[in-house]
Amino acid sequence: MATDINIGQADGLSIAITGSGGSGAVTTGLILLAAIARAGYYGLMTRSAGPQIRGGESAAMVRFSQRPVDCMGDCFDLLVGLDWRNINRFIDEIPLGTDSLVLFDPAGDSIAPEISATGACIGEIPFKEIAGGITGGRLNMAALGATGAAAGLPIDALEAGALATLSSKGEEVAEAAIACIRAGFAAAPTRSPVTVAAGERWNLSGNEASGLGALRGGVRFVAAYPITPATEMLEWLAPRLEQLGGVLLQAEDELASVNMIIGGSFGGVPSLTATSGPGLSLMMEGLGLAVSSETPVVVANVMRGGPSTGIPTKSEQSDLNIAIYGLHGDAPHLVLAAMDIRDCVFTFQWAVRLAEHLQSVAIVLTDQALGQSRAIVDPPARFVDYLPRVISGPQDDSYRRYALIENGVSPMAIPGQAGCMYTADGLEHNERGTPSSMSADHLAQLDKRHRKLLNFDYGEHWAEIQGDGPTCLVTWGSCAGPVREAAERLNAVGNPIRVVALRLIAPLQKESLAKALDGAKRIVVIEQNQGAQLFHYLHAEQALPAHAQSLARPGPLALRPGEILNAITSED
Amino acid sequence: MEAATAAPILRAKDYKSDIAPIWCPGCGHFAVLSAVTKAIAHLKLSKEQLGIISGIGCSSRLPAYIDSYGFHGVHGRALALAAGLKTARPDLTVIAAGGDGDGFSIGGNHFLHACRRNMDLTYIVMDNEVYGMTKGQASPTTQPDWTHSKLTPHGTGVRRFQPPAIALAAGATFIARGFAGDPNGLTKLLVEAIEHRGFSFLHVLSPCQTFRPEQKEWKQTVHPCRLEPTSDPARAAELIQNDDGMAIGQLYAQHLPAWQLESRTTTTLEEMEAEFRV
Repeated sequence: MATDINIGQADGLSIAITGSGGSGAVTTGLILLAAIARAGYYGLMTRSAGPQIRGGESAAMVRFSQRPVDCMGDCFDLLVGLDWRNINRFIDEIPLGTDSLVLFDPAGDSIAPEISATGACIGEIPFKEIAGGITGGRLNMAALGATGAAAGLPIDALEAGALATLSSKGEEVAEAAIACIRAGFAAAPTRSPVTVAAGERWNLSGNEASGLGALRGGVRFVAAYPITPATEMLEWLAPRLEQLGGVLLQAEDELASVNMIIGGSFGGVPSLTATSGPGLSLMMEGLGLAVSSETPVVVANVMRGGPSTGIPTKSEQSDLNIAIYGLHGDAPHLVLAAMDIRDCVFTFQWAVRLAEHLQSVAIVLTDQALGQSRAIVDPPARFVDYLPRVISGPQDDSYRRYALIENGVSPMAIPGQAGCMYTADGLEHNERGTPSSMSADHLAQLDKRHRKLLNFDYGEHWAEIQGDGPTCLVTWGSCAGPVREAAERLNAVGNPIRVVALRLIAPLQKESLAKALDGAKRIVVIEQNQGAQLFHYLHAEQALPAHAQSLARPGPLALRPGEILNAITSED
Repeated sequence: MEAATAAPILRAKDYKSDIAPIWCPGCGHFAVLSAVTKAIAHLKLSKEQLGIISGIGCSSRLPAYIDSYGFHGVHGRALALAAGLKTARPDLTVIAAGGDGDGFSIGGNHFLHACRRNMDLTYIVMDNEVYGMTKGQASPTTQPDWTHSKLTPHGTGVRRFQPPAIALAAGATFIARGFAGDPNGLTKLLVEAIEHRGFSFLHVLSPCQTFRPEQKEWKQTVHPCRLEPTSDPARAAELIQNDDGMAIGQLYAQHLPAWQLESRTTTTLEEMEAEFRV
């Protein structure tokens, strides 16, 4: 049996656990991630599932390292097969090499030819027999013990991870799981376990992080319609909003949810909805109303493969165009993107404050790969400025809700305030809000809504910039993880790379971007969609030199650091 | 409280804004506007605690003509916006208003779910059986053989939407029909609708002089509801089913608790964040 796998190297260790739906692959991954945290590592767990609730395919991919992990590696070091049913459906998401180790139970299905063909080393462990010897024992927990041993994780971290993850299942379940983990651990090839000293770490998913950021930003009203892969954000928010004096209203459809949050925000409560591509399409008319009436709202769009129903359970960055251009009319608004799970907290908090302060729509893009993945991270950063909603004081009889003041942010009255009643309107209006089709009013109000966003000083948070090499990689969203890792590998071999990951996409911070790109000999815009949407947007804004290149390909397969590295170096 | 600090008594005209309605002369909506201001004056509602929400259409222009908080939203979504406002601000009195196309066609789904939710909202539909603002197309309540629209030159051939029947089936707890030509009766129904705790649906026959001049005859064809209002949905269903669509008055009122999401602050965000710490 091959026993020595390359763990503990700088880029960490990658593990895939696969099984048919209901085999417990995801639970196994969750416990593994919890154990990784307790051993002092950073980690990331992504999942892959088909659309079926039961009986489909299911896989948990876990990577851990002594450095923060924001993407999967190029190749998996360890593949653990709970069973091989439907493995053909996602074998292309689990690249293996000749250094990889595959652990499986020969009593089950024979090993899939797709796996044998990779040349990976095969290790046979009788998971079923081990679990069968324990009352209430489950195969996946025996496999988890073996996985932990092969990965060099200490047994006490695995046990603590299991207890924390299974706490709601009752004592008997937890005890059986721990007995299985111990037996599986003893049966597997073991490396000397390593525990790393670590500071405070958080274990959270991207959807939870987005929800937390929204709450930190002050959101206390959410209306939404369930949609994959955004639903978990709503499920996380519903009970927590209630405990904070807020509410979540389940709407009859997305047309309702966007209008409900416009109503809530008009009432003075910071409001948000969460959705994915099809829902965002339905919300566009409502968002135009929010722009015209200058009612602040935040929309979380957790992207999935599109168009139409597309691939609901898998990731793609293909909603950038609709987020930027989807509203009819000249409708300036904010578009932001979170670049990793930890950053979802900061980006959402900032987005809520920007929307509130600028009386604007903020569409915040994340994706399935962020939303439904969990990570072990340092405590998330906090946006420390408080950008208030600008509220009108009592006025005389001629309150001008849409007054043409210099910065464009005219003070907003909130129902309950006497002396400044107004009717908000999606019709073009004059300063008082009275409908008007006069050219002068249209021009003045268009300009007001435009300049309030353009002239605001967004400070340093518009992007995260690393390195200063002559090659500059421009990216956004979940691609930032693999792009940064590719850059780090090139930096390590003396090929300095600069990375600009955009957080505020619209309005584009052209001057800041120009500074960030200054001196770059080569620029590559990297994103996960077929249409090179960011690349074309930056060109349309005249923010890129003619020689800039695009590296864009659609989902659902995640971009991997090696793929990016190869693409950059092969075109040098 | 000292008399000097008491809120002044407002009369109906004090609730009218200084914006002149865009409606055609003789439009039924003038009477509805007038009845709304009379009803809110009668109920002594403070202007700043009132939110009037509408969609798009002639009748949806109503909010701007009332001196209170208002929102003239997009076509068909008045009830959604109103539900959001009422949920975020349960202290406000929220009235949604609009027309038959806005409420029963493009906004039909929100109508069903607003009835079903039974939030404490009042919904006034000014039904003139035509899309007026787009110059005279058939709406869901137009007769199937009405051939005056170029869009449907042979008539729609489709049976009419039955607003009170659908409201009842969907779970509204107050259903009444008013007539713009009966301003006092309409004001009374509005007062009852606003006072009703729960979702109240007021179907107002509001003639369109421009595209449906034949609706002048409504003055002769409306009649008081022949039966007493009921709280029994089965009896109400019978009453509504046998109705010729011209019966004026309260059709149904059931006293169920109004639905509203509850919340209570029991923790702080800082405490909540502990769930993520490893």
